[in-house]
Amino acid sequence: MAISEEQVRHVAMLARLKLTDAHVTTLQHELSDILTQIELISSLDLEGVEPTSHAVAITNVAREDEIRPGLSQHDALRNAPEQQDGAFLIPKFGG
Amino acid sequence: MTLDLSSLTAPQVRDAIAAKEITAAEAVAAAYARIERVEGGVHAFNQLTPELANAAAARIDAMVAAGEELPPLAGVPVAFKDNMNLIGTRTTCSSKILANYESVYDCTAVRRMLDAGAVPVGKCNMDEFAFGSSTENSAFGVTHNPWDLDRVPGGSSGGSAAAVSAGMAVLTLGSDTGGSIRQPGALTGTVAMKPTYGRVSRYGIVAFASSLDQIGPFSKTVEECAMALNVICGKDPMDATSVERPAEDFTATLGEGVRGLRVGVVTDLLELEGCDPAVRAQVLKAADTFASLGAEVGEAQLPATQYGLPAYYIIGPAEASSNLARFDGIRYGYRVPDAEDVMDLYMRSRAEGFGPESIRRIMLGTYALSAGYYDAYYGQAQKVRTLIIRDFARAFADYDVLLTPTSPTTAFKIGEKATDPVAMYLSDVYTIPVNLAGIPAVSIPCGLVDGLPVGLQLMGAHFAESTLLRAAAAFEAESAFDMTPPIARTTAAV
Repeated sequence: MAISEEQVRHVAMLARLKLTDAHVTTLQHELSDILTQIELISSLDLEGVEPTSHAVAITNVAREDEIRPGLSQHDALRNAPEQQDGAFLIPKFGG
Repeated sequence: MTLDLSSLTAPQVRDAIAAKEITAAEAVAAAYARIERVEGGVHAFNQLTPELANAAAARIDAMVAAGEELPPLAGVPVAFKDNMNLIGTRTTCSSKILANYESVYDCTAVRRMLDAGAVPVGKCNMDEFAFGSSTENSAFGVTHNPWDLDRVPGGSSGGSAAAVSAGMAVLTLGSDTGGSIRQPGALTGTVAMKPTYGRVSRYGIVAFASSLDQIGPFSKTVEECAMALNVICGKDPMDATSVERPAEDFTATLGEGVRGLRVGVVTDLLELEGCDPAVRAQVLKAADTFASLGAEVGEAQLPATQYGLPAYYIIGPAEASSNLARFDGIRYGYRVPDAEDVMDLYMRSRAEGFGPESIRRIMLGTYALSAGYYDAYYGQAQKVRTLIIRDFARAFADYDVLLTPTSPTTAFKIGEKATDPVAMYLSDVYTIPVNLAGIPAVSIPCGLVDGLPVGLQLMGAHFAESTLLRAAAAFEAESAFDMTPPIARTTAAV
């Protein structure tokens, strides 16, 4: 199945990836090749088959709602590219 | 220093330390001496951790001096795939986007290994974020197969596999989402196991596909694999998908043999077009070995697994695209220095920080989950998963263990498949159905073809690890292959 250049740009936007024009072209070919391999899935008649999201049956796990130590502010900020006053520093929102 | 770790197993190292024949410090020194000699050619490591190793060894040697009983992996040099957090190390996932990321907590499986006395010598190279089957997709360079430095070690846990194969660590941990432990295990002639989904906590491993990921060990012998499982398995409150089970000693039944065990050769998978006939022949020979040991060998079919590869290349990337959304340049990881606003920061930090295969998978997964395509791809793939689980359930009604090759070919040349993603994906055709079904499987060496190791995959029902390891141990004892690669045999510098 072929994927269009416009679709590649749309998906890149959804994935928050700024691609060069050359990269868009490359991905258009690569993704089309891959989709050709996997598209037979979409044509299978699987009416009535239950989907599996998790292969080993488990039920929800609950625990007592008690206060426990978590990541300290110091550790949480340790890998921050930029920080200020104990917070993550980011540029302005919007253009 | 005459100590040669490549000829010692984990229990031998521990027992020698307990008997005061060697010290843990000497075991560490031997590991680094081997690394010094072969790592230049192999490049199994992203980071060496001599300070952590020396400190851990000193603790073991102090226990010996104090006459304390030693834990099961005391003084055993180990290494971890670089997607597992360990305080005092970087956890890079072999990605530029995490190149400087310092671990701020410990992965549970890693912590359990260290609490069992293991000594961490380093963090192992991998395909970026575990996306790949060759360890070529690393931002820090390719790992080479110790059997032939022009060939790949498999992937994505190629560094962990190569480190054990070349004798630079006695045990390592990898992670397996579609074959990333077993396939490099096969290509390097090591014992490599993916446990049942939920056996081992995933806490502290950087997630690829959360419904498929599982941590497991690499070792030279089946006994060591069982010992490592004893250490890393078990419920962890930090991972709600880890499963509560009665404690098992996986070493206890290793010697019981395979008499009466029902072994099924998966014939429809053996006949796949891409399977090297020489690999197929080795697997059929292995089946004969099982028969000669008293197993009841028959034929099994898994017809729905033909859809395993496409289902995996929807589910895996879909979950990955979601998991990798966290790498946005805000809280950690690479950030472009000159972003105009937050959107620009996201878009360029991610595009510059992720390598080509990561971008490919994020794009594929985002597409498969996007409006209008979700039902046709992701929904269908989840239904295929049900069919594959049913196939296995039927086969395990007749058989205790199923056999396939681990990989359709032996180790391929570096660069051979690097520009063809589809050809690369076919490397995992035998391993992927196991992840989709959540069952355990182990790859063990079953001979050489043209001087390169062939892996035999043994698959079992959920939580049947003991049965798999018992079968693997019987085969290993009977076949007695020497899986020491040439690089680990020679004494000259490489």
